[in-house]
Amino acid sequence: MLTLEKVNKYFFRNTLDERWAIRNLDLRVQGGEFITIVGSNGAGKTTVLNLISGNFFPDSGRVFINSEEVTKYPAFRRAHYLGRVFQNTYQGTAASLTIEENFAIAFRKGKPRGLRIAINDSMRKRFKTKLSEVGLGLENRLRDRVGLLSGGQRQALALLMATIGDPKVLLLDEHTANLDPKTAEKIMDLTNQLIRNDHLTALMITHDLSEALNFGTRTLMMDGGEIVLDISGEGRKKLTIPELLDRFSETRHKQFAEDRALLSTAKK
Amino acid sequence: MESISDFLVYSVQEGLLFAILALGVFITFRCLNFPDLTVDGSYPLGAAVFAFMTYRGFGPFVGMAAAFIAGALAGLMTGALNTFSKIPALLSGILTMICLYSINLRIMGRPNISLSENLGHHTVFSLLKNAFSGVPETYLRLIFLMGLVLLLKGLLDLFLHTEIGLAIRATGDSESLVEVQGINPDKTKLIGVAVSNALVALSGAMFAQYQGFVDINMGIGMVVAGLASVIVGEVLVRGRNILFMTLQVVLGAVVYRMATAIALNWGYRIGFKPYDLKLFTGLLVIFILSFPVIKEKMKGLK
Ligand SMILES: Nc1ncnc2c1ncn2[C@@H]1O[C@H](COP(=O)(O)OP(=O)(O)OP(=O)(O)O)[C@@H](O)[C@H]1O
Ligand SMILES: [Mg+2]
Repeated sequence: MLTLEKVNKYFFRNTLDERWAIRNLDLRVQGGEFITIVGSNGAGKTTVLNLISGNFFPDSGRVFINSEEVTKYPAFRRAHYLGRVFQNTYQGTAASLTIEENFAIAFRKGKPRGLRIAINDSMRKRFKTKLSEVGLGLENRLRDRVGLLSGGQRQALALLMATIGDPKVLLLDEHTANLDPKTAEKIMDLTNQLIRNDHLTALMITHDLSEALNFGTRTLMMDGGEIVLDISGEGRKKLTIPELLDRFSETRHKQFAEDRALLSTAKK
Repeated sequence: MESISDFLVYSVQEGLLFAILALGVFITFRCLNFPDLTVDGSYPLGAAVFAFMTYRGFGPFVGMAAAFIAGALAGLMTGALNTFSKIPALLSGILTMICLYSINLRIMGRPNISLSENLGHHTVFSLLKNAFSGVPETYLRLIFLMGLVLLLKGLLDLFLHTEIGLAIRATGDSESLVEVQGINPDKTKLIGVAVSNALVALSGAMFAQYQGFVDINMGIGMVVAGLASVIVGEVLVRGRNILFMTLQVVLGAVVYRMATAIALNWGYRIGFKPYDLKLFTGLLVIFILSFPVIKEKMKGLK
């Protein structure tokens, strides 16, 4: 479904500030896999998603989605394969547009856009049904501007918009990190539900190690621009957080240093 | 000294001419979040192109259409500087504006051109006057301008509700979203800035016909005046949807124009000179933009 082949990404290449952000990265994702990605700050997690989405281009290596090579495609040209939700709750929706207008934008993904009026009644009905399924009380607020919603509501809407066109791969970048714990939990449940019901292939970055192990089918741990642990199957089901951290220090010969992850682990 | 009612009619007329420009400024500053300074050049461009066409024997409607298209091209240049050459929006607009100064002079051939009826040049207003000779001219003009502005407002409302229109508005909110939804943000910016400057140039062509001449310097400070109209409108009425927001812009333009007309007409009593007008506009915009910040600071002090 998704393949990264020997991908390298540098920032500020050939300057004193040169940073080798992604190093010879290989990743093969099967259809239906739900992958969680953890790693310390600056490990390269977001950069990997940006390489998949086309916001960055690799300096070498190739990217395939649905067996089509998309390495050099700009973001908007591969968007029909992808859905994406960001950490910033203002990034995944258009705040000055209404809920139904946001939906209408997502609805046209992968199709040409012209001078037709964007919304009609049959669309409105579909949006309403879709919204009532998630039970946030948004189904009667179709004409409210999205800027008026809470962060959690915006993130739920962003999720629905990202999944409306059956994307080949769903990309989630700490999409619950800016929400209060209770809302975060709700959005996480919604995420899980959407991925399962629609049999989506998904990559989710999180800094919450228990979330990384409890959700999904496979967990990647990144460090220094590389995938250092790749855990799936039976072994993953029984794995605890301390064991995960031990395996990290065994391979990397250092402690896993990510304040937020350790903090959120300590809380549990 | 003219009577109060004449004064009102004139300032509403000029406000309506201004509203066309302000609708253009609304697209860039409010929908696209693209601070476009092309306006100071595309406004006289519209007037210059109109005069050019008139002097070559074309009627006013052809002249207005040509002005509209020329404005769109100016907008495309600014848009291309920003999206293709990656020059920041502000600088892109300034560059186009400065190029347009020379281009406008080239089109005009000299810094001032008269569009007087006595020279056989027709404007929409002279056509109107001849067609409805029984009706007082000021009312003809007023009704025509109201109709034109309402038509343009309505068309813009429709446009901003189309698939492309939604994409343009979303671009101002989040470029990441727009890209993720398969829209090329460069394209929406190009279209938006082009439509904006097309309206601005049309406004210039209308104003040239209204005042009967074109002046190379008629664009100076127009972008700030347009912005003043937009934000005065926002202070006057709270708008929730596009229909309201464009109405705000139109009302804002009329009220702004009235305020400047009052300053010009009666301001001499407190020593106000015509050349103080730009200062007046600048201070007005500064005041409205600073007001929320000052209010917050005052709250903090208490
Ligand atoms: N746009 C950019 N310009 C320059 N350097 C960048 C850019 N984006 C990322 N980097 C660098 O690449 C490296 C990886 O960054 P990335 O954002 O992928 O980390 P991350 O794993 O997502 O971290 P975090 O948990 O903090 O989000 C870092 O060293 C970062 O400084
Ligand atoms: Mg990140």
